[in-house]
Amino acid sequence: MVEEHVRDRRRLAAEDAPLVGPSFGRFSAAALAAYYRRQFASDLAANLAYRGAVAIWVLTSIIQPLVFIVVWRTVAGGGSTGGYSAAQFVAYFLVMMVVDHLTFIWHMWEFEYRIRNGTFSPLLLRPVHPIHNDVSQNLSYKLVGLVGILPAAVLLGLIFDADLSATSAVSVLAFVPALLLAMVLRFVVEWCVALSAFWLTKVSAMNMVFFSLFTFLGGQFAPLTVLPAWMQTVAAWTPFPWTLAFPVEVLLGRRTGLELAVGYAAQLVWVAVAVLVLRFLWARAVRRYSAVGA
Amino acid sequence: MHSLRVLRAYLAVGVLNIVQYRSDFIIAVLNALVSLVTQVLGLTVIFTNTTNLRGWTADDLLVLIGIHFFISGLVGLVIRPSMEAMMEGIRLGTFDFVLTKPADSQLLASSQVVAPQAATDVVVGLGVIGFGLVRVGLSLDLVTVVLFLVTLVAGFAIVYGFLLMLSTLAFWFVKLDNILVIFQALFGNAGRWPVTIFPSWMRPVLTFVVPIAFAVTVPAQALTGQLSLPRALLSLGVAALFLTGSRVFWLVALRRYTGASA
Repeated sequence: MVEEHVRDRRRLAAEDAPLVGPSFGRFSAAALAAYYRRQFASDLAANLAYRGAVAIWVLTSIIQPLVFIVVWRTVAGGGSTGGYSAAQFVAYFLVMMVVDHLTFIWHMWEFEYRIRNGTFSPLLLRPVHPIHNDVSQNLSYKLVGLVGILPAAVLLGLIFDADLSATSAVSVLAFVPALLLAMVLRFVVEWCVALSAFWLTKVSAMNMVFFSLFTFLGGQFAPLTVLPAWMQTVAAWTPFPWTLAFPVEVLLGRRTGLELAVGYAAQLVWVAVAVLVLRFLWARAVRRYSAVGA
Repeated sequence: MHSLRVLRAYLAVGVLNIVQYRSDFIIAVLNALVSLVTQVLGLTVIFTNTTNLRGWTADDLLVLIGIHFFISGLVGLVIRPSMEAMMEGIRLGTFDFVLTKPADSQLLASSQVVAPQAATDVVVGLGVIGFGLVRVGLSLDLVTVVLFLVTLVAGFAIVYGFLLMLSTLAFWFVKLDNILVIFQALFGNAGRWPVTIFPSWMRPVLTFVVPIAFAVTVPAQALTGQLSLPRALLSLGVAALFLTGSRVFWLVALRRYTGASA
C-alpha cells in the first residue's frame, strides 16, 4: 500500500517543476488516474467528515425547486401550461433538482477567496493542473450529496404526485450521455467564469448576472416551452439549456429522434468551444497571477 | 435614551464604512439591480401564462417583491451581520467583550455590526413598492397606510425575534452559522411569493416556524387591500410573542454562558 503510494508520487514528480505554472496534458492517463484515485479518496473522506455541512447545503438546494413547484402548480391549476400539467411540472423540477446537483460547481465563489488569500499558490506549485483538484472535490461532494438529494426527490415526487409516465427505459438510456456531457460542459463553462477572478477583485456582481442567465435560459425557473418565444430563441443559441433543460427533458421523454441527436451535437460543440476558451483564459490568468504576486 | 445613543454610534461607524469601501457599495447596487431584473423577468414569464396567481395580480406581486427587498435589506443592514458576529464571538470567546460593556447585552449583540451595503436593498424595495402601488392604482386611505406600517413593523420585529432565537442557540451548539444559511435560503426563495399559494401543510411552517408570512405576505396584503383587521391584530400579537420569547430565551442563555476561558 505504502509502496504503491510512493510509486505514484514518483510517477507524478517524474517531470521537472513547471516554469509558468501547471499546464494541461503533462501526464499520462495512468498517472492522472493514480492522482484521481488518491485525491478522490481524500476529498471523499473530507466530505464525509463534514457531513453535517453537506446536509445543510443539500437542504438549501431543495428549497428553490420546491418553491418553483408550488408556483407552477398554482399556474397550471387543473389545465396545462406550455405543454406541462401540474403533475408534469412537479416531475420536471424534481429531475431538474437532481441534474442541477450533479452539474453545478461552486468554484466561481471560491476563486475570489483563493486569489485574495494566496491559497491558490500551493495549487499552482503542484505539477498537476489545479482543475483536476477541483474536478475531484466536485465529484466527491456530488456523490455524498446525492445521498440526500435522491431520497428528497423521491419523497417530494410522492407528496406532490409527480407524473413520470412518459419516461421509458429508452429515455433513461438516452439520459446518461446527455447528463455526462452536461456535467462536463457546465464544469468547463463555470470554471471559465471562475477564472474571471484573476481580473476582477470582486466577482459577486458578475456571478449574479451569470446565475440569473442560467435561471432563465437553462430552464431552472421554468421549462423552456413556458418562456416567451424570444427567450426560447435566445436560449437555444447559448450553452445554458444544453447543461440543464436538455438532459431533464430527455429523461422526461420529451426529446426523441432528431431532437436528441441535435442536442448531443450541441453539447459536444459547446464542450469544444468551452475547452478552447478555458485554455485561452488559463494561459493568460496564470501569467497575470504571477505578475500580481511578484 | 442611553440605548438609543449606543445604537446611533454603531450606525455612524457603519456609515463611515460606506465611505471607506465605496466600490463595495457600487457592487451592492449592481447586485440589487440584477436581482430586481431577475425577479421582474420571472413575474413576466408567469403572467404571460396566467392572469393571476391564486388571486394575486402581477402588480400585487410587484408590491410583495418590493416589501421582500425592503425587509431583507433591513435584516441585512444590522441584524444578520450582528448575529453572525455574535455566533462567531461565542465560538472564539470574543463575546466576553460584549458582556463587559455598560449597556444592554442584547442590544449590543444585535447591533454590533452594520453592513451599509444592504441599504441599497432598502432603497430598491421602497422604489418597487411605490412603483407597484402606482400600477395597482389603489387610492391609499389612511386606514390602509396605518395597517401597512403596523404590520410591516410587526413583521420586522417577528423576523428579528426569530433570528435572535436561532442565533442564541449558539450558546448551546457552538458551531451553528449554517443555520442562518437555511433561514436565508428559505426567506430568499419562499419569501418572494405569497404564502397563500403554498399547500396547506406548508403554510403553518412558513407562518410560525419560519415567519415569512408575517414578514412579507401580511404587509403586502395590507397594502393591496386584502387584509382583514383580525389578521393584522394577530400579526401584532405574534410580534409581541416573538419579542418577549426571544428576550426570555436570551436571558436564560446568558445565565448559562460561562465565557471562553471558564
